[in-house]
Amino acid sequence: MLNESFRSNLVYSGIYVLENVTVQVKDVVKRFGEVVAVDHVSLKIFAGEFFSILGPSGCGKTSLLRLLAGLEEPDSGEIFLDGKLINTTPSYRRDVNMVFQNYALFPHMNVYGNVAFGLRIKKVKKGEIDDRVSKTLELVELSGMGSRKPRQLSGGQQQRVALARALVNEPSVLLLDEPLGALDLKLRKEMQIELKSLQKRLGITFVYVTHDQEEALTMSDRIAVMRSGSIEQLGSPSQIYEEPKTEFVANFIGVSNLFSGYLTNGNGSTLTLTTPDGIEVKVCDGNIKQIGDATVMIRPEKIQISLHKPEDDVNVLCGKIEQVIYLGTVIQLTVDVNGRKLVVLERNYSKAPEFEESQEVFLSWDISSTVILSGSQGNAEKS
Amino acid sequence: MISPALLWLLLFFLIPLGIMLVYSFCQRSRYGGVVWDFTINNYLKVSKPIYLKPVLRSFWVATVNTVICLLIGYPAAYYISSRPTVKVKNILLLLIILPLWTNFVVRTYAWMVILREGGVINTILMKLNLIEKPLELLFTKKAVIIGLVYGYLPFMIWPLYVSIEKVDRSFLEAANDLGANRLQTFFRVMLPLTLPGIVAGSILVFIPTLGAFVTPDLLGGAKDMMIGNLIQNQYVKVRNWPFGSALSFILLIIVLALLLLYVRFGGNEETEYGT
Repeated sequence: MLNESFRSNLVYSGIYVLENVTVQVKDVVKRFGEVVAVDHVSLKIFAGEFFSILGPSGCGKTSLLRLLAGLEEPDSGEIFLDGKLINTTPSYRRDVNMVFQNYALFPHMNVYGNVAFGLRIKKVKKGEIDDRVSKTLELVELSGMGSRKPRQLSGGQQQRVALARALVNEPSVLLLDEPLGALDLKLRKEMQIELKSLQKRLGITFVYVTHDQEEALTMSDRIAVMRSGSIEQLGSPSQIYEEPKTEFVANFIGVSNLFSGYLTNGNGSTLTLTTPDGIEVKVCDGNIKQIGDATVMIRPEKIQISLHKPEDDVNVLCGKIEQVIYLGTVIQLTVDVNGRKLVVLERNYSKAPEFEESQEVFLSWDISSTVILSGSQGNAEKS
Repeated sequence: MISPALLWLLLFFLIPLGIMLVYSFCQRSRYGGVVWDFTINNYLKVSKPIYLKPVLRSFWVATVNTVICLLIGYPAAYYISSRPTVKVKNILLLLIILPLWTNFVVRTYAWMVILREGGVINTILMKLNLIEKPLELLFTKKAVIIGLVYGYLPFMIWPLYVSIEKVDRSFLEAANDLGANRLQTFFRVMLPLTLPGIVAGSILVFIPTLGAFVTPDLLGGAKDMMIGNLIQNQYVKVRNWPFGSALSFILLIIVLALLLLYVRFGGNEETEYGT
């Protein structure tokens, strides 16, 4: 495969060396005129991990990526790569390569020329270039396409050439700027799996920017959720999904049912949140005894729906089904509880539809499934 | 069915051209008229050194002009393209185009005022005591080139600018990201991608320069004659219309041949280079 010295950087999947920090961002700020695109962001990216930066348009994720690439310079703060400060290192000297959103394949060169570009700049010998280019093309499943021009390729193929062009240089870190955005759904899903397995095989640190939360959940080892220039939360996909810290994160990743109100001590280890309109939701108190104003959240798939009131010690609400949407693998129901619209997802167990509109039903869920939104993480680095 | 456009072409272009073609095979009568006495001598005459020199000189001058216009025009177009606001770009482009709205002959006369012995340059240099005698700038090869570059620069800058503008900046960023510094990025990415503009600008400068006659006439000396002057002379001074016509057709054929070369080799591969 790729050359031997590179293999020594290989990190086996899932068990990365926690202290081997490849990229460190310290309190970085980047402004464009009046707009603060990156607002005092700090984070650490570990060697060999698939790290995603997730957020809506304009949240600063692409700006952050471009700062790592060296295409922009930070106004303040520091960026380290493999322990070295690279603030003033221009992009052409960083051991970092980027896959651009629009691929940016050089139209006046064929596939071979594009992929070989970085190697030719470094004055690698022709024989070695041939070798590395063909191996990388094989890696992205484009063997034999060397003489084609970019305009003769499909979107998916172009995307792979862009990938190959970056990977052939064996960078420390690969940056990807929403690379799958232009592909159709099926191709996108295939490429997600391919990218993930490629990353695992090669062991290169990937920093992946996307606005697609499903994509981030599928591929990442850790996700940084960004909003308006700051990181709202940083954690593994399951952490982000099961324990969102803010309403924004809860709503951005997946669907959430939110309740805001006053949290009081219940009996034993449970707290009770009481909303202004009298709904009571029980929550496990976790490590911190929080009392006062709070917001709690329950995911749609954690809620059970039934025609009979459950007897166990669970959260129970009753309401009326407003809408039933058949999604194939799941049934999505909108239930009206006191004027609130809650979303419930039921697995599609049997062919016969169980629920229909206007039915009075009971919604229940485990107390431990309720999540307290403990507030924005700010920029403390917790993983 | 003859459309108005076709009629116009016929009356004011094809027929006069046809008349000239016939003349080119005629001979000059003793008092300057045209006598129908079929001969191909007019065409053969051009091989004489006294007539061949201006023809070859025209090629040389056209090449030099094109190269200088490129060397000045490319940085100029690049600079304009790199301005941050559209407003500034438009102002700069306007400044480049503005001279074209005035008469070319008048502008060439202006150069005579600048270059002549008592002219602007010499007066300033003498006043600053940098020279003792005035420099001989007018009626030289230099002057002709200066006049031609001045006249044709806008025709080089404009297509270059369009070409440079069209280059997606993400190509340059990608090149940087892959390890190319600014110089390498320029030669390996920017230049190849602006080749269509370079070719277009070169044609727009080279071909008209071949036929230039005002500039060498006003700014050049006796030794700086080009084909255009030759033709002008034959019609106006020497009154040898047959020879003048033959010369004109030779120029026409050369230009057509060059254009054919361009169409064959230059135009087709490079279509759209944007993403």
